[in-house]
Amino acid sequence: MADRDERAAGWGSRAVQVGFLLVVLALWYLATNRWGVNRLLLPNPVAVWHQLLDVLRTGEFWPDLRVTLIELVVAFALSMTLGTAVGYFVSRTRYAIRVFDPLFAGIYSIPIILFLPLYVLFFGLGPASKIALGATISFFPIVLSTIAGLGNVDRTLVTAARSMGASEYQMFRYVLLPAALPVILSGLRIGFTVALLSIIGSEVIASLAGLGHHIVQLGEGMDMARMFAYIAFVVVIAAVLNSTVSFLEKRGRRRI
Amino acid sequence: MTARDAAVRIKGVSHQFGAAGDTQYVRALADTSLDIARGELLCLIGPSGCGKSTLLNVIGGLMTPSSGSVEVAAKPVRGPMPHDIAFVFQEHALFPWNTVIENVRLGMLFQGVPKSEHAARAKKSLEAVGLTEFANHYPSQLSGGMRQRAALARALSLETDILLMDEPFAALDEQTRMILGEDLSVLLARTEKTIVFVTHSLGEAVFLADRVAVFSARPGTIKKIMRVDEPHPRRPDFVTSEKFTALRNELYALLHDEIRKTVSESARSED
Repeated sequence: MADRDERAAGWGSRAVQVGFLLVVLALWYLATNRWGVNRLLLPNPVAVWHQLLDVLRTGEFWPDLRVTLIELVVAFALSMTLGTAVGYFVSRTRYAIRVFDPLFAGIYSIPIILFLPLYVLFFGLGPASKIALGATISFFPIVLSTIAGLGNVDRTLVTAARSMGASEYQMFRYVLLPAALPVILSGLRIGFTVALLSIIGSEVIASLAGLGHHIVQLGEGMDMARMFAYIAFVVVIAAVLNSTVSFLEKRGRRRI
Repeated sequence: MTARDAAVRIKGVSHQFGAAGDTQYVRALADTSLDIARGELLCLIGPSGCGKSTLLNVIGGLMTPSSGSVEVAAKPVRGPMPHDIAFVFQEHALFPWNTVIENVRLGMLFQGVPKSEHAARAKKSLEAVGLTEFANHYPSQLSGGMRQRAALARALSLETDILLMDEPFAALDEQTRMILGEDLSVLLARTEKTIVFVTHSLGEAVFLADRVAVFSARPGTIKKIMRVDEPHPRRPDFVTSEKFTALRNELYALLHDEIRKTVSESARSED
């Protein structure tokens, strides 16, 4: 009974979410077709839809998508490896946690995107600067959650394992890791999201290729309908990537 | 008692937390000596903070005392001795992400039991505590009493000569405690284990123990040792016997002054 109520409530909130999007679309349509909003400021949604179909049919998005995805994968691989490794070593002593946890949290709270000009200077306009920025920004949530996860394992469990003779490796594999994994996984998910945001964002600001770069080009060419189509395309890609990562996170939690 | 009969020898153990003069400085345990005989069940009872849990951790090698030493099986204790000593903690300390049987197997893996023996030993120890049907449940799916049984099964599967239990039933309700106490007494009558059992409960101490070591207020040391001459397994009707009542009253009298001291001292430090 309670289960059914919950499911009904779930459908209810879904309906409100879909309804909200439909209202936004309807307002958009009315604004361009009835209320005479300038097409250069806001293209017609039907025109955007046709452009989107054209983008998908021609497959012209591939080169830019490839660049963005490669940047994302490399940046995330770097931040995941470094973030979990550094987090592990910091979490091993109370002293290191006391020193590094506030330090990382402090750096994480400043807008690292401000360093983009510097990164472009160091690494050029190509993918390298995007990778460096994405890896830097996503390193912090990952390292912080790794420290939080491994640093807050229930002491009773550690003591119990020690009393039964657990080796260093066994302690990590069977006690620390499973205890910390849910926290580390949500750090990885957040890291992935901010890596994606900062990579596309920095492509928009200064780049030679990538989805963000392409969108800016269309905007500068006043090709508004096609630009909106690309934005919609990127939104869908981001949603697919983020829900894939969320799904993997849930699976990972169940596997421990 | 000669060295040969003693399973555990505690020699002049003192322990303090923090350095003298520190605000955190606490003298938990003062010059405590005691021999624990092979196969006996010794209860440690005393006011809160009297160092009885500290002593248990020192015996188990989880804490190094500030001075004094402990010998287990004629070997000096320098750290955890998983082949001689198993623990049951107050908060069951089961790994929540593992099922009951996985918890038991993990204990054996840590201790270094050959894999081929895991299944048989796990089955035997789960049977001993009556949890066979719940082998594949997670700790969160069990009641408090069942969790402590599972923790006990994990400790039993290690087949150590010594079992250290730190207020294992403290978090349980009165009825569950009584049943677990009876079952423990039955279980112990069948094994030859030496058990040190920390408790707050007078009834539990008299019901379970061969000897009860009564601690003084902090800094704790053993004030008196009371003997309970009653064979194991102890029946529920032992609780209603005159002997039980007399022993319980004696224990109460011994503890009463110490508990008063602790209470007035903590009232003073809170002012």
